[in-house]
Amino acid sequence: MEIFEDSLIVKLKGELDHHAAEEIRKKIDNYYLANDLVNIILELSELTFMDSSGIGLIMGRYKITSENKGELILVCERESIKKILNMSGLLKMVKLYPRLDLAITNN
Amino acid sequence: MKLEFLSKSKNESFSRVVVAAFASQLDPTLEELSDIKTAVSEAVTNAIIHGYEYGEGLITIEASIRENEIEIIVKDSGKGIENIEEAMEPFYTSKPNLERSGMGFTVMETFMDSLVVESKKGEGTVVKMTKQIKKVSDKER
Repeated sequence: MEIFEDSLIVKLKGELDHHAAEEIRKKIDNYYLANDLVNIILELSELTFMDSSGIGLIMGRYKITSENKGELILVCERESIKKILNMSGLLKMVKLYPRLDLAITNN
Repeated sequence: MKLEFLSKSKNESFSRVVVAAFASQLDPTLEELSDIKTAVSEAVTNAIIHGYEYGEGLITIEASIRENEIEIIVKDSGKGIENIEEAMEPFYTSKPNLERSGMGFTVMETFMDSLVVESKKGEGTVVKMTKQIKKVSDKER
């Protein structure tokens, strides 16, 4: 996790399922609130697996950033992850960029 | 094949990997394999979070192959689902406080070719899914 201006950048690696989601959620929220940040950028390109628990995690962070008048932004190039993002309908509310630098320069 | 394990969340990863390894004999594409892993993960997660909400129990996965189709059955002996129709609606979740997306059954339906859910209150739930794996000659390789 790193901070860029008022945004928290989280690079997720490995598998994001129900088991992993609980710990990741706590870490992100603690860091986000402790540092008084506004936006969250979730980088998903290095995830090798994600199921609907990941969708729940993203929806929850969308809620938190909205409450703080911020934005949640996703970065992902991997097709398998994009497939479940697409079917969830999340991309109607959340911006998705293929690369982190694009997410930063466009926001 | 048959696999039986305790309803602990750390077993989610291992159980979907076992089914994927079994499915690999059909020579699936990476996308087909990922679809199977995701569907299994959804069924197992449901059994853990909902079926065995009040205490750990055993989850059984049976998988079989007929020609180019894999059938996967995920069973628990947990509390069961009272209203299956409602549970299968997209975005329905009985646990919004846990940040569940309510997409589990929708993912299984989308990523597999067929999905049948049977459940009896107090007795458990059986999720039966099938997926056709396209033959190599039909694939663009």
